[in-house]
Amino acid sequence: MLTKRIIPCLDIKDGRTVKGTNFIELRDAGNPVELAMRYCEEGADELVFLDITATTEKRKTLAKLVRKIATHINIPFTVGGGISTVEDVSVLLENGADKISINTSAVKNPQLINELAKNFGSQCVVVAIDAKIIDNDWKVVTHGGRNATTLLTIDWAKEATERGAGELLLTSMENDGTKVGFALEITKEITNSVTVPVIASGGAGSMEHFADIFQQANADAALAASIFHFKEIAIPDLKQYLRNQNIAVRL
Amino acid sequence: MNTVIIKYNSGNIQSVQFALERIGINAIVTDDAAQIKSADKVIFPGVGEASSAMNFLKERKLDELIISLKQPVLGICLGMQLLCKYSEENDTNCLGIFENVTVRKFHATEANLKIPQIGWNSISNLQSGLFKNIDNNSYCYYVHGYYAEQNEHTIATTEYGIAYSAAIQKNNFYGVQFHPEKSAAVGEQILKNFLAI
Repeated sequence: MLTKRIIPCLDIKDGRTVKGTNFIELRDAGNPVELAMRYCEEGADELVFLDITATTEKRKTLAKLVRKIATHINIPFTVGGGISTVEDVSVLLENGADKISINTSAVKNPQLINELAKNFGSQCVVVAIDAKIIDNDWKVVTHGGRNATTLLTIDWAKEATERGAGELLLTSMENDGTKVGFALEITKEITNSVTVPVIASGGAGSMEHFADIFQQANADAALAASIFHFKEIAIPDLKQYLRNQNIAVRL
Repeated sequence: MNTVIIKYNSGNIQSVQFALERIGINAIVTDDAAQIKSADKVIFPGVGEASSAMNFLKERKLDELIISLKQPVLGICLGMQLLCKYSEENDTNCLGIFENVTVRKFHATEANLKIPQIGWNSISNLQSGLFKNIDNNSYCYYVHGYYAEQNEHTIATTEYGIAYSAAIQKNNFYGVQFHPEKSAAVGEQILKNFLAI
């Protein structure tokens, strides 16, 4: 039986892990390869590395880091952040990334999704969507949540899928960092409307929240960062809990 | 031991090489016929699209070479599918080593069946040395939208809407639909088992 996936997300800045984008001061959380290896041993199903390095020059360190991760990690991993061309993706995949995720660049240039799917296959193209309630509708926001758009989240999810996204990573900016649980309704609306897997993100604060997003919103995977980094929830405990709730997980 | 990974226009070849490094094997990635022929073990990986992969293999005459191999060969994901007779993916005639096996498209007809299948699914009915020391219902990582139907060469099955071939074997040819190079400890054991054949 296909299992639900638990995905820790590591934010990377200048080749180091930083803890929590919701905190005003980014704190260095050390070597991303070591943290990733710990998550592998604990039973994470996949990893996401999000590069928040600002400058192009410093982004070159990302390819080197991806290669290091790929040589040490025996589970799949996705790399995202600042990817806007076929060439960007080519470099990351050649260095061992399994999938890449695009967000703002896809909204600006939707054709990029088609190009990446054609060049590398849909299986490695994750379209990340940041969603926020604006004027009573779930709208897409870009630039890490700073810029509003008029795009309806549901419409963009469908369009991204039609253009060749193999997976969607849906983050609710309403829930992100709140620890009140994932955004069940918009996630459910999207999982019911597209045929590709949906990774839910934003708001995880307890093990019950993970059960809810799988059982009530039919998410295929759930992503979280700080609760894993700060060891508030241990992955083996979370998976045992989910299994006890009759949710299929890999233990 | 001399292990070769066949180089062609497919993704994830590097991942297979990294996985072998983790278990202490330095594999050569090559499309050189002499090197492939003389290898002790050949791995034929793949992520991508069937027709363009077949065209690429034919242009370089790698199709004839692969069919002629006598040492153990392991096809992974698309590599496994290309060992079959035919794939519904863009109406592609494949290598035909598994002469009666058709590769079919998953259909999102059943409730909640997402296409492609992405994630960890269990393998069962394990019937080969390839699965030595692997427990029934172990989890392996899959990413695919097409599958090989069950057939007389099936040596492991997985269910996703229907039961299909997680792995196949005929003589020296082995194929796995999942990605052992991304399947944590279980995958590493399967790679070790293949290299020990």
